[in-house]
Amino acid sequence: MTFSPQLEAKFAKLLGSYPPGRQRSAMIPMLMFAQDEIGQVTQELVEEVASRIGCTPLQVEEVLTYYSMLHKKPLGKYHVQICTNISCMLTGGTELWEHACGKLHIGHREVAPDGLFSLEEVECIGACSWAPAVQVNYDFHHQVTPEKLDQLLAGLRSANAV
Amino acid sequence: MPDPVKLTIDGKAVEAAPGTLVIEAAKCVGINIPSFCYYEGLSLQAACRMCLVEVEKAPKLMAACTLPVAEGMVVRTETPVVAEARKYTLEFLLTNHPLDCPVCDKGGECELQDMVFRYGAGESRFVENKIHVEEKQWSPVVFYDGPRCILCFRCVRICNEGMGVGALGIVNRGAVSEIAPNHGDHLECDECGMCIDICPVGALTSGTYRYKTRPWEMEHVGAICTHCSNGCKTTLGVRNGKIIRGNNHDRSGINGEFLCIKGRYGFDFTSHPERLQSPQMRVNGKLEPVSWSIALAAVAKKFGAALASDGRIGVIGSTHTSNEENHYLQKFARGVLRTNNIDHHRSGDVVTLLDALSGTTGSLASTADLYESKAVLVAGADLSSEQPFLAFQIRGNYRHHQAHVYVVTENEVREDGIAAESVRIARGGELEGIRSLAERLKTESELAIVFGDSVKGEAVRDLVAFGSSLGIPVKYVALVDYSNSRGALDMGLVPELLPGYQPSNRPGMTIGEMLDSDSLDVLWVVGANPLKASALRAADAFVVVQEMFLTETAQRADVVLPAASAYEKTGTVTNVCGEVQRLSAGPSTMGAKPDLEIIGLIAREMGQAAAAGPWAPDKVFAEIRATVKGYDVPMPVISAGGAAHTTPVNGRIPVESRPDLIHSSRDTLFTSGTLGRYSRMLGSVMEGRRR
Ligand code: SF4
Ligand code: SF4
Ligand code: SF4
Ligand code: FES
Ligand code: FES
Repeated sequence: MTFSPQLEAKFAKLLGSYPPGRQRSAMIPMLMFAQDEIGQVTQELVEEVASRIGCTPLQVEEVLTYYSMLHKKPLGKYHVQICTNISCMLTGGTELWEHACGKLHIGHREVAPDGLFSLEEVECIGACSWAPAVQVNYDFHHQVTPEKLDQLLAGLRSANAV
Repeated sequence: MPDPVKLTIDGKAVEAAPGTLVIEAAKCVGINIPSFCYYEGLSLQAACRMCLVEVEKAPKLMAACTLPVAEGMVVRTETPVVAEARKYTLEFLLTNHPLDCPVCDKGGECELQDMVFRYGAGESRFVENKIHVEEKQWSPVVFYDGPRCILCFRCVRICNEGMGVGALGIVNRGAVSEIAPNHGDHLECDECGMCIDICPVGALTSGTYRYKTRPWEMEHVGAICTHCSNGCKTTLGVRNGKIIRGNNHDRSGINGEFLCIKGRYGFDFTSHPERLQSPQMRVNGKLEPVSWSIALAAVAKKFGAALASDGRIGVIGSTHTSNEENHYLQKFARGVLRTNNIDHHRSGDVVTLLDALSGTTGSLASTADLYESKAVLVAGADLSSEQPFLAFQIRGNYRHHQAHVYVVTENEVREDGIAAESVRIARGGELEGIRSLAERLKTESELAIVFGDSVKGEAVRDLVAFGSSLGIPVKYVALVDYSNSRGALDMGLVPELLPGYQPSNRPGMTIGEMLDSDSLDVLWVVGANPLKASALRAADAFVVVQEMFLTETAQRADVVLPAASAYEKTGTVTNVCGEVQRLSAGPSTMGAKPDLEIIGLIAREMGQAAAAGPWAPDKVFAEIRATVKGYDVPMPVISAGGAAHTTPVNGRIPVESRPDLIHSSRDTLFTSGTLGRYSRMLGSVMEGRRR
C-alpha cells in the first residue's frame, strides 16, 4: 500500500519511537493517521499495518473494533460528533442530537447521501465546561444550540461548494 | 530453593513457593476456588471475577487467580461475602446468556451451569431483552455461538500460546464483544479443536460431536491415538458401540489437554462405510465374502503347503498394530513359518541411534524431557505439522521455562517463532547446520535433539559424536511416523533383528526384496499397504491381508481378513520416545477381529497353537516384559493408564545399517497414510485439501 510522503514520514517516526520488538505499540496512531488520509480503515490498511508492526491482521482487527474513533466504513467529509453524555445531556445535548438527525436525515454512524456529512452520537469528549459540545472532525464547537448547529452545517456546506 | 511462604487458606496452614498464585496454593490443600478465565499453563487474564476471595487486611475481595501468596496471608474462600460476589458475577454473566441449558450441547459438563447450580443466581434483576446473534460455523470443525460466550479468553490463549497459531481474537467491546476467526468468516488454522475443548461453556462446539448425545450417555474409554507416533491419550466417548467424541479434557496421559485434529476427530475411520466386516476370498478371480472358517482354512492350507514345499514366505507387519500383535506375528513367522522374511515400513533410524548410544544411559529423551530440557534442537522435521504433540511440548517448554530452541530445517517452520536460532539448510545437510551451532550449544547446560528421517546412517553416528563433544548431557529422539512404528522395531518386525534389537543369525528379506522376488509363494500383510506405491512381482504369490479397508494391497489379496482398529482392542503401543501405553477397547465393529486373535486363529487352524503360544494380549505382554530388553516396565504404571519409558538395548547392535530403507511419509496434520483417507473429518477441512 502506498501512502503520502508525509504519512510515511509519520509512520517512520512512530516506528522508531518504541524499543525494538515493541513496534506494535504504534498500531493505534498508525491507524488514526492513515484513516485521516484514506477516510476509513480498509482491510488492505489492516493488513498493511499488521505487516509493518509484526502482528496478525486479526490483532489489528481486535483493536480497531474496540475503539469507536476508528471506522471501517467511510465517513462523511465532515464527521459531526454530538455529545449526549451527562453534562451535555443536562444542557440540551439530546435535543441537539435529535435536531441534527432530523436535519441531515441520517442517524448514528450514518453518512448523508452526498457524502458531505456523517453523524455520530458520542460519549463525553472532555468539553463538559462548555456543554453541549460538538466535534466536527478534529474541531470543537462549544455551547452549541440547534440554531448554531444549523449555521455551522450551512457554513461547511457552502465552504465546500466553492 | 527459596524459603516457602506460609499462609492460611480457610483455616488450613499452607506452604507454597514464592510467586505461587493463591488459586494454585489452595489446590494443594484440596480447596477448589472457582474460576473461568484462569487456566493452568496459560497466561493470566483476570477477566471473569469468579475467583474472588476474602483476604484479611485487604480492603476488598481479591482475584485469587492473579494474587501471589504472601507471608502470613489469611485467605477465606467460602464466606457469605464471597458467595454473594460470585452470585453477582454469575448474574452478570447470564445477562445475555441464553437460559436453554436443556438444548445446549454443553449441558451436563458446563462450568457455568455448575457454578450457577452452586452459587444460585436463580433470579435475575435484568429485564432487558437479551442481545442475540446467530451461531456461526467457522470450519467443519469449529462452530461458535456468541451469546453463550463468557469472554474468558481461554480459546484465544490456547490458540496463541499452546498452539502457536493465533487464529482467534476478540472483536468489538462491551456486551457485543465476541470471538472472531482469523479469516473474517472462517478459520484457517490447525483445526485441532483445542479451543473447543477448553471452552468452559457451549460457545464453541465441534462439528463432530455437537448435538449427538449427552455426555452422561457415553462410556469414556482411554485410548491411545492411532495416527502419528506421538502417543497421545484420547478419551473416546462411545455410545451404542460407536465413537462419538475424542478429547482429553481430564488432561490425563502424557499429552495433558493436547490433541491434534487426528487424535480428536480422526477416529471416524472406525465407522467408515467401507470398513471390512467379513473375510473375503478370491473366487474365480473376484474377492467374495466368505465365513471366517473358510477363510482361515484356506490361509492355513496355503501356509502349510508353502512350509511343506520349502516355499518362500514373506511377512509384512504394521506400524499401527500393538506390541503384542507385532511380537506374536514375528514369533509366528520365525517359529512356525520358519522365516526371517519379516519387515515393516521404517521411518526413522532408531537402530543406528541405539547402536551409537551403546554404553550410555539416560540418553533417550521422553516426551516430558522435551517440555523440561533447558535447550531443544529440532533437525530435519516440520514438527508442528508432522509431530504435533512433540511440537506442543517444545512450545510449552519455551513458554514456561524459557527453553532455548534451535531449529535446523530446509524450510521455515513454526518453531522458528520461538527459536533462539534457526538455520536453513537443504535436507540431508542437517549435521552441517547443527555443527554451525556448536559454540552456542556448548553454553547450554543440557540439550534434547529431535531429528527426522534425513538424519540417518552415518549421520546419526556423527550426530551422537557431536553431542558427546559438547560436554553437556544430551538426549535424543529419532522421529518415526506412526502410532507403533517404534513398537514394530522394538518387537523385531525386521529381517535382521529379533525383538529387543538382538541380531538374527540368518537375516531374511526386506519389504523391497519380498515385493521384488519372482519366487515368492506367500505374502502375508498385516495392517500395511505396501502395494500402494510398489508392485508385487511374483504374480502367483498367494497374498493374505489383514486390513480394515480394501486398500491397494487388500485388492490384490487372495484372502482378506477384516481387522479391528487400535480403538477396538486391548494391548500396548510404544510411542516415538519409547513410552509404552495401554490401549483399551472402546467400540467394536461387527465382523472384525483384533490382529492378535486372527494370527492366533491361523496358528490354531494350522495345528500350531502350541508352538505359537497363547494369544491373549496380557499373556503376550507378560512374555514381552520377560524377554524383550527394556520392556520390563512397572505393570502398575501401565495398568493405571500411565506411560512407562522403555530403555532398549544398551550395547552394540551388530547389523548393517540400512539408511536406504528409511523413509518418512512426512504426514501432515491432515494426512495419516492410508488410514487418513478413511477419515472424513481430515478430508473435509480446507487446510488438508490445500496441501
Ligand atoms: S481449532 Fe485449534 S488452531 Fe484452530 S482456532 Fe481452535 S485452537 Fe486455534
Ligand atoms: S468461546 Fe468459550 S473459551 Fe472462548 S472466550 Fe468464549 S467462553 Fe471463553
Ligand atoms: S499428535 Fe499424533 S498422537 Fe497426538 S493426537 Fe495428533 S496424531 Fe494423535
Ligand atoms: S459530557 Fe459532553 S463533553 Fe463531557
Ligand atoms: S479466574 Fe480469576 S478473574 Fe477469572
